[in-house]
Amino acid sequence: MTGRRVNNRLTYLTLTAVAFFFTIPLYYSVVVASRDNASLASVPPPLFPGGNFFENVSRVFDTVPFGLAMINSVLVAGSISISVMFFSTLAGFAFAKLRFRGRNILLLMTVGTMMVPTLAGIIPLYILMVKLEWVGSLYAVVVPALVNAFGVFFMTQFLSRALPTELLEAGRVDGCTTWGLVWHVVFPAARPAAAVLGMLTFMTAWNDYMWPLMVLTPENPTVQVALSTLAAGYVNDYVMGLAGTALGTLPLVIVFALLGKHIIGGIMQGAVKG
Amino acid sequence: MATRAPERAAPPRRPGGKRRLTGRHWRHAVDVKASPYAYVAPFFLLFCAFGLFPIGYTLWVSLHEWTLLDDEHTFVGLENFRVLLADSYFWNATFNTLSIGLLSMLPQLLLALWLAHLLNRPLRAQNFFRITLLLPNVTSVVAVVVIFSQIFGRDFGLINWVITSFGFDGIAWRDGTLSSHVAISTMIMWRWTGYNALILLAAMQAVPRELYEAATIDGASSFTQLRKVTVPMIRPTIAFVVITSTIGSMQIFAEPLLFGAYTLTGGQDRQYQTLSLFFYENYMRLDFGFSSAISWMIFVFILIIAGINYLLTNRMKGSIR
Repeated sequence: MTGRRVNNRLTYLTLTAVAFFFTIPLYYSVVVASRDNASLASVPPPLFPGGNFFENVSRVFDTVPFGLAMINSVLVAGSISISVMFFSTLAGFAFAKLRFRGRNILLLMTVGTMMVPTLAGIIPLYILMVKLEWVGSLYAVVVPALVNAFGVFFMTQFLSRALPTELLEAGRVDGCTTWGLVWHVVFPAARPAAAVLGMLTFMTAWNDYMWPLMVLTPENPTVQVALSTLAAGYVNDYVMGLAGTALGTLPLVIVFALLGKHIIGGIMQGAVKG
Repeated sequence: MATRAPERAAPPRRPGGKRRLTGRHWRHAVDVKASPYAYVAPFFLLFCAFGLFPIGYTLWVSLHEWTLLDDEHTFVGLENFRVLLADSYFWNATFNTLSIGLLSMLPQLLLALWLAHLLNRPLRAQNFFRITLLLPNVTSVVAVVVIFSQIFGRDFGLINWVITSFGFDGIAWRDGTLSSHVAISTMIMWRWTGYNALILLAAMQAVPRELYEAATIDGASSFTQLRKVTVPMIRPTIAFVVITSTIGSMQIFAEPLLFGAYTLTGGQDRQYQTLSLFFYENYMRLDFGFSSAISWMIFVFILIIAGINYLLTNRMKGSIR
């Protein structure tokens, strides 16, 4: 028995140490973001936050259009998540519960392309954006991301388990149209998984970097593009770079810390099937 | 099944009501036949236009002399690939990508397995630990690189401060090949270990409890249980994690770009230029034919590595059973 208790204590100790290493860089970024550049040169380096955060933040706003970037990122990530949730639920329902010709081959195509790297199609996508004259506008970031294979796969998996076929049959007998079923049965049943999918999509869209960098300009950026402008042009101004980073990251981290339980549940659910 | 219900109701009706019924019946049939297509259509139209079509078209572009500025695209066959395969910068980027990939993936996988193993038991504060594991993954790549560039800084970096306070010389992390690869791998590991641990944990929770009980009765230690029970049971998930991390590591882009303060070459001697960054360098020259060839080669590398991985996991299965 004592052996097990020692073992348990070791487990907690290890996990706490890991948790420490996983959070310390975030903590340290806040420390640097709230100091001034001169104090970073001191030995030992500053280990606690200082009082310069708001001054650094206001310099961020003077250097890059950070307010616009925040609004853009909210618009981009918000519209992408709503669209992905909606279309994935519809297609997921069709794949999970409806019988139609070509169903298997379409589903196979969806799953098969999930593993293809985004890089494989990025040049033609760029050419397409040039032709559509969307380079520099948010359309270029939003429209290609309105649907994705993972979302459809995720909702198909969830609905085939969570949606009772009897309920659908009962709805049919009562004279419900298919759309009626979607509205009254599928959407309510899909809500928990769709919420998880929405949060995951929001995070991915918020953090996306390469594609927005390719099609947006520094004058009309998303948060990540603005941050990279800061990091690129002001290499030695650590406090400003990290103040911007903290500002662009912390909202998401806080939301995650509050809703994390559900997101983690969703990731782990998706994983077992994958 | 449900679709037959109206048919069964039809025969007893008197002829007078028949016309109205066929109207309804017809509408019902259309509803049942067409609805599935209507529901998958928005997804597939967008997916084909912005997902599938570009992937295929990349191959077409790669067979041309193609720049954004010219309207004329001359067909050159495999010339872009020939030039690419003779380009030492390409092989340098391939080496860097593989090196960073291995340096980040092997320790990451072992650490993730071990963390998942630790979490796979009744613990207080499960959720707290899980959330902290995933916090780095919520942090954007850009933020991660900016933070770690400071931590790995030569003069005022946190790590060099620790090293020098032990009496050693500080390291110029960006300058060396190995040291820059270690720094970049650290960023990748920090961001992805927790995520992979959670995926492995999910698989571990599906392993039947009785196996562990039997192993405990046989006196197997926790480590032996991990090696002899857990790992064989969750092999498909391990393969999944390895393949997704491989795909990810072939596309490492933001780390070398921003670690080098936005230089497209990935250091003065290209010591940490990855394939994706090499691609981006040529994209910025608007040489679309050549960059398309690079992105196809990256795709081919992924297929090869996934294939090797598949064979290895199959062989492992053979040797254990």
